[in-house]
Amino acid sequence: MNFDTNLIVSIMPELARAFGVTLLTWGFGVIGAVILGFMVAVGRRYGGAWLNYPLWLCVEVIRGTPFLIQLFLLYYGGPFVGISLDPIPAGLLGLTVYGAAYFSEIFRAGFEAVPPGHVEAAECVGLNRPQIIRRIMIPEMTMLVLPASVNMAIILLKETAVLSIITVPELTLVISAIGSQQYAFVESLFLLALFYWGLVELSGRLGRFMEVRLSKYRFVTT
Amino acid sequence: MSWKLFELLVQASLYTVLISFISITIGLAIGIVVSAASLSSQRALSIPARTFVSFFRGAPLLVQLLLIYNLLPALGLNVPSVVAAIAGLSLCTAAYQAENLRGGFQSVPRGLLEAADMAGLSAFQQFRRIRAPIALRLAFPSLVNEAIMILKASSLVSVVGIVELTRMAQDLAASTYRPIELFSAAGLLYLIINWLIASGGSLFERSFRWGRP
Repeated sequence: MNFDTNLIVSIMPELARAFGVTLLTWGFGVIGAVILGFMVAVGRRYGGAWLNYPLWLCVEVIRGTPFLIQLFLLYYGGPFVGISLDPIPAGLLGLTVYGAAYFSEIFRAGFEAVPPGHVEAAECVGLNRPQIIRRIMIPEMTMLVLPASVNMAIILLKETAVLSIITVPELTLVISAIGSQQYAFVESLFLLALFYWGLVELSGRLGRFMEVRLSKYRFVTT
Repeated sequence: MSWKLFELLVQASLYTVLISFISITIGLAIGIVVSAASLSSQRALSIPARTFVSFFRGAPLLVQLLLIYNLLPALGLNVPSVVAAIAGLSLCTAAYQAENLRGGFQSVPRGLLEAADMAGLSAFQQFRRIRAPIALRLAFPSLVNEAIMILKASSLVSVVGIVELTRMAQDLAASTYRPIELFSAAGLLYLIINWLIASGGSLFERSFRWGRP
């Protein structure tokens, strides 16, 4: 095997763009999933039975089916019901909805871990529901849900590789395309696996570092 | 959607179940060895085991599958693609199960092992009679979870050309122009299988309780 520096330089821009797409879908996917998941968790807690059961069903369906099937349904089935999306928006939407189902369960557990006494005390001093959520629930549960949330964010990073199947031009798709053009498929996939591994390890370390730094804000001791 | 199509999907889902079951079983066997090695006091054993767990949990399963699928022929092993797929799924689940079992092994009460020492059990007997049964029992709920994860993850082997449930739905959707019905039906089948695994797991779990042989 000869080592070709020009080749590596020539594919750099393409790799950088692909890495950008991976980071973009991951970042926005996680942010969207956290927001949507939080809304689902709040809806299930305060929305009454009419909101709770449909949302429960949605969450269970999303958690019980493979991500790939959901993506196919959205990307190939969408145009039949008037949702024609390009690969990147479709992947982003799919990742957001998929992640939201898992985040909503994390937040639900977080809500349940807030001592009822704190909420009752807040009601007694006259805080209304949005104030209770903002002033009591969110601050108290943030530390509790942080480890599970970091874990979920890392799972979503790995799921971005699946987006290559619906032709989102992210790292896995671009690197396997370059690899097969250059007859170095195994080598490039191996480097790709190592790269993801490093990224996951790094994110995990960062998450644990954050947990340690933020642990002084832990309100609830269980 | 006609019954004929649904029948094809059900047949393909049996293949999905078979692939997942074989992978889980092989993964459990590897996982036990790896978790034992990762808890070993000899660093020559524990460091490779921990690296194995970290790598297979860190890299996306899709990349692992593509890598193994292309690596085996490059090494001169011409195996059918289903073997490569099962190898990929098994290694990935082995890493997750090793981590679960490590938790199980670490929670085996020390007193039991001291008692076993006193009773003169050899290290292997202790493993076979005390540590493995207790660790497996403690790790059983996460094993059921892992089975569900692998069943869902097995949809990814469709990319290496194995006609399991996802690939069957994809092929049928392409030939009938009915993606919504077919992918929904496939999703429903996955849901049903997962529900069966979960309820079977909790039934089985109820049948053995802590402290009983």
